Amino acid sequence: MSPAIQLTAINKRFGAVHANRDVNLSVDRASIHGIVGENGAGKSTLMSILYGFYQADSGEILVAGRPTLIRSPAHAIEAGIGMVHQHFMLVETLTVVENVMLGAEGGVLLRRGEAKVRAELARLSADYGLEIDMDAIVGDLSVGLQQRVEILKALYRGADILILDEPTAVLTPPEADALFGLLTALKHQGKTVILITHKLREIMAVTDRVSVMRRGEMVASLDTAATSPPELAELMVGRRVLLRVEKADRPPGAALLEIDGLSVVDSRGVLAVANVSLKVHAGEIVGIAGVSGNGQSELLEAIAGMRQPVLGSIRLEGREIGFSEHNPHRLRQLGLLHVPEDRLRMGLVPSFEAFESAVLGFTDDPRLGRGPLLDHGLMVKDLAAKMEHYDVRPQAPRLRTSKFSGGNQQKMVLAREIERNPRVLLVGQPTRGVDIGAIEFIHRRLIALRDSGVGILLVSVELDEIMNLSDRILTMCGGRITGERNASDATEQDLGLLMAGVNEEAA
Amino acid sequence: MSAPIDLPRWADTVLVPAVSVVAAFLVAGLVVLGIGENPLTATRLLLQGSLGTGEGLGFTLFYMTDFMFVGLAVAVAYHAGLFNIGGEGQATLAGLGIALTVNNLTFLPGFLLAPLGILGAAAFGAAWAAVPGYLQAKRGSHIVITTIMFNWLASVLIVYLLVNVLRQPQSMNPETPEFPAQSHIPFMHDVLALVGIQIPPSQLNLSIVLAFAACFAVWLLIYRSRLGYAIRVVGSNPTAAIYAGISPARVIVIAMVISGALAGGLAVNELMGYQHRLLLEFTAGYGFVGIAVALMGRAHPAGIVLASLLFGILYQGGAELAFEQPAITRDMVIVIGGIIILFAGALDGLFRRLVARVLARPALARA
Repeated sequence: MSPAIQLTAINKRFGAVHANRDVNLSVDRASIHGIVGENGAGKSTLMSILYGFYQADSGEILVAGRPTLIRSPAHAIEAGIGMVHQHFMLVETLTVVENVMLGAEGGVLLRRGEAKVRAELARLSADYGLEIDMDAIVGDLSVGLQQRVEILKALYRGADILILDEPTAVLTPPEADALFGLLTALKHQGKTVILITHKLREIMAVTDRVSVMRRGEMVASLDTAATSPPELAELMVGRRVLLRVEKADRPPGAALLEIDGLSVVDSRGVLAVANVSLKVHAGEIVGIAGVSGNGQSELLEAIAGMRQPVLGSIRLEGREIGFSEHNPHRLRQLGLLHVPEDRLRMGLVPSFEAFESAVLGFTDDPRLGRGPLLDHGLMVKDLAAKMEHYDVRPQAPRLRTSKFSGGNQQKMVLAREIERNPRVLLVGQPTRGVDIGAIEFIHRRLIALRDSGVGILLVSVELDEIMNLSDRILTMCGGRITGERNASDATEQDLGLLMAGVNEEAA
Repeated sequence: MSAPIDLPRWADTVLVPAVSVVAAFLVAGLVVLGIGENPLTATRLLLQGSLGTGEGLGFTLFYMTDFMFVGLAVAVAYHAGLFNIGGEGQATLAGLGIALTVNNLTFLPGFLLAPLGILGAAAFGAAWAAVPGYLQAKRGSHIVITTIMFNWLASVLIVYLLVNVLRQPQSMNPETPEFPAQSHIPFMHDVLALVGIQIPPSQLNLSIVLAFAACFAVWLLIYRSRLGYAIRVVGSNPTAAIYAGISPARVIVIAMVISGALAGGLAVNELMGYQHRLLLEFTAGYGFVGIAVALMGRAHPAGIVLASLLFGILYQGGAELAFEQPAITRDMVIVIGGIIILFAGALDGLFRRLVARVLARPALARA
């Protein structure tokens, strides 16, 4: 039997970048095939070619053994390929049925098309155990259910091959497990699934085969059963990587940051953080685990002075931060520094040259120049030294910030904040969109900082990262702290339930 | 997907605008052809009228001075993410500032009175821009809307004041008495005559030196100062500004104040340098040309100098052209200017893509 998908010698260039270089891929029918690789390894480009967003410069696509020309997503759908994007393509104000119909309305009047969609959805739900309320407004559904709508959309359009791009990035661990159950069910029904992810644990858990990409090339295709996470990591990076950074136990010191009864309202006026209290001690990493969008961002921004809380108090090294001091500028002077979770929107100015981004937040430092002027020569020299120190590549302080890869941008943000000798460091999503090699480096830096006596408050949606780095773990759900564990006795299942708001303790 | 097109700096600042101008002239040439005139002759007349004679060059540089000031004004606001199209109104008010200063302090000597007049222009222009800036910063009123409204307010206000308050008694003209002679900014031909160089008389005056100084000052401000850094952060990434502890509201007001003060330079050149009194509609729409100048110069002072020169050539050469070839009216010249604005401003992306593609080819061949 011919494979579901066969890609032969695919090449794709963007200007001088060779995004895909002679890529071959064969995906068996009725299997789950994982594709892993660092950011920029070419996974997304390859899938975009398969789904018709891009055309390959050369190479051949065979779907079920037949050479197929895929010039647009419409062609891909026709060929039975469906895609679930990382960022959902749903209209939040419409119902499930309306979303599924979108683009397949079947005529000027909706009634007939709608009846057809309902019948088909009922059948799909029954076949695959995809329970869903067809008349629910999509915006009211949980993220896990929204993803289910995306999958239903693809199946409704007759997809035999489903591509999922980082599907678990937005899910709680229980939701992720449910998704994997669903994918396995789809496989047993004869569907083929291509799973793009950077989480090796998921690859091991659910895939039959796995292909590894590095720098635009396909470096290996293996049976999942015959490989291991360390081997995959090494293939991805091209050298040995430590997946877990060692850290010594260390008794925490005095309380540096004390948050008491903090409540924050988000930009829509909704209560995003409700009565949160926490402490961060010297030489301690406190991790906040939670699914994206449960108030962690607002909490960090409020502590950093970017948002005014509606209630609560913040103490820094025992000193109450009053309203007049509660702004990023003053807090920085007091030693509270912040590695923001969205480096491109907050932490850097993408259009600036790197050495300019490297002083964001510190331009009032008299050492940076004379009087009202900034000394560019000095700034360039300073960043060059940091780039050396933090292994930022390329070492080009005058290159535009946006031209660096995510990992290198993040290293620059870290270098900027860490080299200013923080007392307390707020860290949001330090490794989002960062390569495995750089993750190791960033984790080492944070541990070293903790060992030097800095208090670190870490927010991450990567549970692995939280468990790996933290001394103490708090879980957040719906804006509240739902639990606290010592890292040494936390388990993933336990944290997962707390993150989902189940098993809530009196916090 | 429309990723921003990255180009090397020289291509971005020189090549793309140059390609736009050439394309605009080609299209304008077709228009000239369409009304039955020879585009080559027209081009020759245009260039000869603006650059070919000493007098023409003087007028070209005089207009260039106007455009540099308003171009800089638009550019400073633009770096803060603001579209200040109120240059007309700000310059009008700056004119009022000059008149009130110099006509009320006639007892002062020139070396005090002229700088005070310039300061008066800057202060009034700045104040007129500060109000829309404040409304944008604190109330979120869109700066485009408010600056347009302030243009109208300024033109109505100035008519009222000139007709009812400031007009010289017994005069039929809605204009102030002539400014005291010691406050006049000297004409270039008079200054050069002092050192023995004879040039044909024109409106060109020493304000052009001030304009170049302003270009340098704006460059220093935007690209080398702490304040300019804050302005650019607010303009390109407001969230990053909040993260950095920069108050966008404060920066917006400051940027508008600087912008308005620069727009006042137009009044300095026109009134203190040439008309020597405050009169109606001396801004003549140059405030709007400043938008095109800033767009074309990519909001960089060096680009603004070049774009101002180009528009100076168009204005002066266009006047000559309309005079020499009656078929090409003054309106035709405005059409040509419009085509250039369209190509340099609105269709910028088109040429950027084209240039990027042409530049990418040799890069690929090397790879």
